[in-house]
Amino acid sequence: MVASLRRFRWWRLAVLIILGIYFFGPLVAAFLFTVHNTRLHTWSFAPYGQMFGAAGFGASLRMTLWISLLTIGIVMLLMVPTMLAIHLRLPKARGIVETICMVPLVISPVALVAGVSTVLGWGLNNQGSWIFRLDAQLQSQSLPLILPLIDVVLVMPFVFRALDAGLRAVDIKTLVEASRNLGASWLLTTWRVVVPNLRTALLSGSILTLALVFGEYTVSSILGFTPFAVWIVQDGQGSGQLPIAVSLLSLLLSWVVLFFVAFAGSRRFRVSPASPTPVSSAVRSI
Amino acid sequence: MTGVNSIALATGRPIAQRASAAGLDLTGLHRAYGETRALDGLDLSVAPGELVALLGPSGCGKTTALRIVAGFERPDAGSVRVGGTDITTVTPSKRDMGMVFQSYSLFPHLSATDNVAFGLRIRRVSSTVRRSKALELLELVGMSAQADRYPHQLSGGQQQRVALARALAIQPTVLLLDEPLSALDAKVRLQLRDEIRRIQISLGITTVLVTHDQEEALSVADRVAVMRSGRLEQCAPPAELYARPATPFVAEFVGVMNRIKGVISADNRVRVGDQSLAIDGEHPPANTPVWVLTRPESVRVSVQPSSQLDGALIQVATFLGAITRLTLTLPDGTDVKADLPSHEAGQFPIGSYATVTLADRAVLIVPRS
Repeated sequence: MVASLRRFRWWRLAVLIILGIYFFGPLVAAFLFTVHNTRLHTWSFAPYGQMFGAAGFGASLRMTLWISLLTIGIVMLLMVPTMLAIHLRLPKARGIVETICMVPLVISPVALVAGVSTVLGWGLNNQGSWIFRLDAQLQSQSLPLILPLIDVVLVMPFVFRALDAGLRAVDIKTLVEASRNLGASWLLTTWRVVVPNLRTALLSGSILTLALVFGEYTVSSILGFTPFAVWIVQDGQGSGQLPIAVSLLSLLLSWVVLFFVAFAGSRRFRVSPASPTPVSSAVRSI
Repeated sequence: MTGVNSIALATGRPIAQRASAAGLDLTGLHRAYGETRALDGLDLSVAPGELVALLGPSGCGKTTALRIVAGFERPDAGSVRVGGTDITTVTPSKRDMGMVFQSYSLFPHLSATDNVAFGLRIRRVSSTVRRSKALELLELVGMSAQADRYPHQLSGGQQQRVALARALAIQPTVLLLDEPLSALDAKVRLQLRDEIRRIQISLGITTVLVTHDQEEALSVADRVAVMRSGRLEQCAPPAELYARPATPFVAEFVGVMNRIKGVISADNRVRVGDQSLAIDGEHPPANTPVWVLTRPESVRVSVQPSSQLDGALIQVATFLGAITRLTLTLPDGTDVKADLPSHEAGQFPIGSYATVTLADRAVLIVPRS
């Protein structure tokens, strides 16, 4: 007993406690803030019930969901063929594509949106032209299409890593050749062989995209749109508890989805028992 | 196991009575990767129903040749013909060829049955028919008990059996085997090798096997095509290849070969030590120093005093089961390998001296320059 106590590394426990406080402390504080009325000294879950009826909640949530779906669709249509080409035909292009995809990590969203604003301004100087009409579509208040286009750029590093890990987890070249040899066209091969074996990587890339779009504030705010993240901040200026409750719930939802994806990835699509699962590799690499 | 005759695919035609077995002709194939010439004018013909093994060292171009036949590579020059039809530029999905890959190529998300049925599904065969055909083929390769298992639940040998069934399911005109046994352990490799040959003979399917394992090539192929530096050195039945190699490379690549110094004599024989051997075919002029290539089983070892290659020192004795291979060093420093029945090996302890005699004829005579 004494020997086992001596063997116990106390510093490990200390590090864990410090990390736990650092990570969970703000969350616990935020939760207490949402349920405790400091003036009346009462406890209530009312903010969690009020959020669905709050002004702007539904519209901002709908807008964000649409932006998320469009972003996921565009980025996957762009990245899946690109990553396949890199792994099957153009391995030398990998470095160039990876560098391009990582650029958003080193360029501030403020700098990005400054450039986008300049380009969007061209339409204002050409009223009635197709550029003007395109600008109007891109900046529609109900569904600003410019946001998914910008978000595609912002999520590229994460989607690149997720797909790259997924493609490395299986011998995609041999699988594609086997499918082609059995008579499948490129389209059928992609649909029946590539996508099913990348399902977890696609899912994890989509979840990461969803999480980023839900939390994206800078670009939307500067361009004057009100998706979910901007609504939380704007609404928080009037009522403190409601937006914090919404933030906590959206965070919890993201965790649940991520754990679900990780669990699904560890149970299915194993090439061999020893090989890493696409989602765990993706999550590790991100 | 279900008899082969009972198996009929989507066309309703029994596999064993295939009418589609076609010959394969490769003519003047060239393929270069930058400065490296993978294929340098390869010519090869495979008769309908024949199994030809492409054998050669790493980098000789055998896999490139197979990938060109499958359509995964385009040759820089030359043509590929199946049944007389030029398919050089035909896309892989239209070539009607079954292929078993070196690495495990089963689709991880499909069960063994669905893997086998994949090609039939692509051909829009009804689900009932393709499932029954898949099960029959799985039975043919001895995998019916694992029909519902996924690839990660199968051993390497089992995966290759399923891959073979999958390749056969589409009734290919040519079956391509790209070192399908190289990742398997020795026992499974032998079993599957024999089964592949049995099924190939049963179906009468034209087959090309790529391998770097000469034992594998010699044991299953109707003919073995030995390749070197992108060219065909010799293509012949295994026994002929072993007994009458066309070039020194083939002689030394296939089987174990001794190189012993000799000189061509005036009577059109070759003199090795005090021994005079007959020569087959053309040979260098008299008094030319040559290497005499001979197999270990053609080397006789005796303990009796002799005027032949006297005084060979026994260096190593390797037990190989029925035979034991002795490595002896001749007085001129040349190492010679000799096979003898294992029950006689006790007469030749390591470190002792013995007399070496060569059989009447050498396999090949090569100028010593």
